[in-house]
Amino acid sequence: MSQPLKYLGQGLAYALFAMVLGYFSTSPEYTHLPADYALVKLSFNHAAQRKKPCHERTDAELAKLPPNMRIRKDCPRERSDVVVELEMDGKQLYHVVLHPPGLSHDGAASIYRRLLVPAGTHRFVARLKDKEEGDFSFVREENITLAAGRVMVIDFKADVPGAPGFIFKN
Amino acid sequence: MRKYLQNLLLRLENVFNAPFGQAQNPWYHLGAITFFLFWTVVASGIYLYAFYRTGVAEAYQSVERLTHDQWYAGGVIRSLHRYASDGMVVTMLLHLLRNFITGRFHSFRWFSWVSGVLLIWLVYICGINGYWMVWDRLAQFIAVGTAEWFDWLPLFSQPLARNFLAQDDVNDRFFTLLSFGHITIPLVLLLFMWIHTKRMNHAETNPPLRLAAGTLLALLVLALIKPALSHAHADLALAPGVIRLDWFYLAPYPLLYIWSPGAVWALVGGITLLLLSVPWFLKPRTRPAVAEVHLDNCNGCSNCAEDCPYSAIMMRPRQDGRPYALQPVVDPNLCASCGICTGACPYSMPFRSDELVSGIELPGHELAQLRADVDRALAGLRGDVRVMVFGCNCACDVRALQSEGVAALSLPCVGMLPPAFIDYVLRDARVDGVMVAGCREGDCQYRLGIRWTKLRLARQRLPHLRRRVPLQRIEYCWAGVQDDERARATLAALRARIAQLPQETVLEDDARGHQLKPGDKN
Repeated sequence: MSQPLKYLGQGLAYALFAMVLGYFSTSPEYTHLPADYALVKLSFNHAAQRKKPCHERTDAELAKLPPNMRIRKDCPRERSDVVVELEMDGKQLYHVVLHPPGLSHDGAASIYRRLLVPAGTHRFVARLKDKEEGDFSFVREENITLAAGRVMVIDFKADVPGAPGFIFKN
Repeated sequence: MRKYLQNLLLRLENVFNAPFGQAQNPWYHLGAITFFLFWTVVASGIYLYAFYRTGVAEAYQSVERLTHDQWYAGGVIRSLHRYASDGMVVTMLLHLLRNFITGRFHSFRWFSWVSGVLLIWLVYICGINGYWMVWDRLAQFIAVGTAEWFDWLPLFSQPLARNFLAQDDVNDRFFTLLSFGHITIPLVLLLFMWIHTKRMNHAETNPPLRLAAGTLLALLVLALIKPALSHAHADLALAPGVIRLDWFYLAPYPLLYIWSPGAVWALVGGITLLLLSVPWFLKPRTRPAVAEVHLDNCNGCSNCAEDCPYSAIMMRPRQDGRPYALQPVVDPNLCASCGICTGACPYSMPFRSDELVSGIELPGHELAQLRADVDRALAGLRGDVRVMVFGCNCACDVRALQSEGVAALSLPCVGMLPPAFIDYVLRDARVDGVMVAGCREGDCQYRLGIRWTKLRLARQRLPHLRRRVPLQRIEYCWAGVQDDERARATLAALRARIAQLPQETVLEDDARGHQLKPGDKN
């Protein structure tokens, strides 16, 4: 192969290398969120109610315990499951039962869930139950207009004075 | 399957041999090019770091200022940083693929293979970490995606993705952490790169200069034609829609949403485990015998340890009471059974009249056997131009070159050929010329066989070819298994050249190795 042809061949090889790098460093484009869609992120940490309430031990109960464990108040650590429901325009979008983590099942239950929904105005209903018996302890309903590409975060805070419950951040 | 891929690879490499030549063929220097690209990334990164500001707003703004306000410097260097990183992934994966196809991953090579697989993870962690630092929509997509991916693992008490729910969740300290990571992770990467080459004697970590210059030039041209640009500033209240993804680093991310995080863990974990198991899973049933040291014929010169391509020979204090300081010890786990050590031993002298044993030999390829084979091959030679061909089992088939005037002998590696054997066959006009054949240059199966052979025959590395040997009667032919035709052509050219040479007798050397003139007293 003559010298000019060799240089041409090398140039072509380098050009091919550069073209591969140049193209695949940005292409093809990836559509993460389709147009006219929005994202709902349901996410919170919440420690549910204890399964059994605290009670005062009787003297007889205390006597059965080793001396170093004789504490009058007995609070069983295990917490209830957290049941969460999310409804959009009357249809259930998501339902989950969160078990409390930890060896004693006494930790705060956590959730992070992303839900793709069409953009527009929707009626969202979020419900949460964090005790063994009864109906949902917290319910929030709201009409929300979601712009395309928008992320709405549904959080939950039980310790907000005066207004514990779901928070819709749009 | 691997045989088919090997043929395909050899053809592809041959295409590149035409313009680049064997010595500069990028396919033979993929590991070294990866090293070069790493240093390019480091050098460009140091410049970028001088202008980078850590902060939710400052990070993006500082990168934008670099890209647009000083496009001629910061912009080009940013693009170079990006493309050299991408290039690293390409050359690294091709390096892995090539070593797999050529079977260079088992036995004594397992350590390099396994450390190389771990390097892939580190390169990806570095690259992905770098993309976070820009804090544009792409960074946002990767940050959230990575958090969602890791949340699949039962490791965290709270989902990591909760750290990216709203703008306020990300603070300036996060970027300090990112930039700290973008310095420390490459340092760890460098450490592993050093470990990766630790078992390689004379590891090639720098590509040939012209190849490095060509690669750098290609990246600079690309940086000017297509500068690396950011997406819009990250905004956690908005979901990234259409993203210009860097597929070299970020290809698994869309799979998180097409499949699931668990499936992506299964994919990358499965590939990693598969790659890690390859050296044991696909190893040959039998392994050739490893080199043996014969201390009676060893003066502890260390040539064998110097020349061993895989650091399988260590020099230890002498144990046999002979008046030498050191003796070689072979680590059987590292020995490649290439015989390069035999070629390096000064005791590999076929002229010896006593029992011919070298200081270090390969069982099954002993020096006495080699001399007997040479003698047998030469005995049958006829014709005016008689040639001895020394070849290599990993390269072109030299046995196919045998004819009335051509004798051929194939060794485990051409580096096993002691230079004295060339002297031996040319002396007393037993043959008129010698062809030394081996793998394609730059692609020696045992890395250093060709290099040491050329240096020894050029009298630049011990053991030297004696000065009395006329170099014009020696020809090299670096030809792979598909290059038999080239070997034939080289042999024909050598024979034609020899036919033109005047008849001459190989002369003796004096004590200092200087060639004596006819009539001189030795």
